[in-house]
Amino acid sequence: MFSETAYIVKQPSEMPQEAVMTIRHLYKSFGNNHVLMDFNLDLYKGENVVVLGKSGSGKSVLIKCIIGLLFPDQGSIKVFGENIPDLNIAALDQIRARVGFLFQSNALYDSMTVRDNLEFPLRRHWIKVTQEEVNTMVIDALEDVGLAHTVDMMPIELSGGMRKRIALARTLILKPDIILYDEPTTGLDPITAREIIGLMVEIQKKYNTSSLIISHDMNCVRMASDRIVVLVEGKCYASGTFEQLKLHPDPKVKHFFE
Amino acid sequence: MARPSNIKSFLSEAGDMSRFTGRLFTSWFKPRYEFAEFFRQCYVIGYNSLPLVGLTGFIMGLVLTMQLRPSMVDYGVESQLPVIVGIAIVREIGPVITALIFAGKIGSSIGAELGSMKVTEQIDAMEVSGTNPFKYLVVTRVLAATCMLPVLTILSDAISLYGSYLGINIRGTTSFHLFWTQVFDNLAFYDVLPAFIKTFFFGFAVGIIGCYKGYNSNKGTEGVGRSANSAVVVSSVMIFILDLLAVQITDIFGFN
Repeated sequence: MFSETAYIVKQPSEMPQEAVMTIRHLYKSFGNNHVLMDFNLDLYKGENVVVLGKSGSGKSVLIKCIIGLLFPDQGSIKVFGENIPDLNIAALDQIRARVGFLFQSNALYDSMTVRDNLEFPLRRHWIKVTQEEVNTMVIDALEDVGLAHTVDMMPIELSGGMRKRIALARTLILKPDIILYDEPTTGLDPITAREIIGLMVEIQKKYNTSSLIISHDMNCVRMASDRIVVLVEGKCYASGTFEQLKLHPDPKVKHFFE
Repeated sequence: MARPSNIKSFLSEAGDMSRFTGRLFTSWFKPRYEFAEFFRQCYVIGYNSLPLVGLTGFIMGLVLTMQLRPSMVDYGVESQLPVIVGIAIVREIGPVITALIFAGKIGSSIGAELGSMKVTEQIDAMEVSGTNPFKYLVVTRVLAATCMLPVLTILSDAISLYGSYLGINIRGTTSFHLFWTQVFDNLAFYDVLPAFIKTFFFGFAVGIIGCYKGYNSNKGTEGVGRSANSAVVVSSVMIFILDLLAVQITDIFGFN
């Protein structure tokens, strides 16, 4: 049997080493279901990390702990040096303004137009901007995802891929330093999924954001990742680039790449 | 005989709901105040319910008058028809029927809306966007429902009485002025005030139950349907329970 640390592959040397997020000894359980057990992770500036795991392995729980929607039982999640579980709501909101979250279901507000959906986080985070600046920011964010013409449409009028792009534009409007993607390609056809992945990579390059991507879609993993973390039994089981992990000897890791 | 598991789940839900209501009162007065959303909800809950409440109120007044008329004629007190109908509508039928219509329209809509927002992660998205979803969604809706039902009830009462006036004139002849004079001359302060006050409680019950059911919705789309359905059923039952309490309280104060 391989020791757990034996799987950990060192960071690629060319990667900048300023950690924007550090997770240490994270535990989260729901009753007797132990979802995360001593999970550790570092996310560096400008890096795209994919957390790869089976359905129900705790990937979404991890991302919700990071953004403060769930509280871990134990451990620390430091984002920009602040430990998320220790923050009050006001401090947490300040962190959330710098961390974008793309939901698996897009979570666009059905009762609002695309413009109002994009304006919502701007207004709510008390960002002091004029209406003219808001309009420019909305259009810029929509142009980034190639959907400026949908500004006055309702989410129900858009296709699945377009809704995903709008959700991405809403995530981008606050110019976040970190973007968390929860299963960004789930429910999309392969062509649209590839377009979304391309967009994610392009955005990362354009704004030099750090991204944590939760996925089990191997195309997404291959195209979007600088580094992959394999989540097995609640732990960071292995870590490395796509090419490194593809050749990994352990069957639990190999299984994802077959 | 009720099974222990049913009793346990009933008590557990009652406890959860009490906590939810307690959270509402603690959030109610703390900033940030969501005035814009509150006024939007007043428009959605109040103004948009007016056609339905008005139509049902009109039919209620008309039908009640036509049903009462033969008995009143038999007893030779046909001239008292506006008085009887006026008191019945203002004291009891107007507030209760309007609240039930309100529960059907608004309770189900709040339950389904919040339920669907919950299952599609819109509530989580709101939280991530620096918004307290409880204040933005629950406090505003409960306040709007509490404030709008009394207004709707007053309008419904007025429309019902107009329906009653038309009902009287189908078979008989009563002038508009005489009808309203008879109605208002026989309505006392203690007929109007308790009935008006209880509508605030009815509105609160519809709002809080709809929000509780929607906000705690689960099990996907099936859960959304269940939330909407149980919001209507529970708030309708609650309206009758509150009405029973209201009549006991007004009796204690000698208003009956």
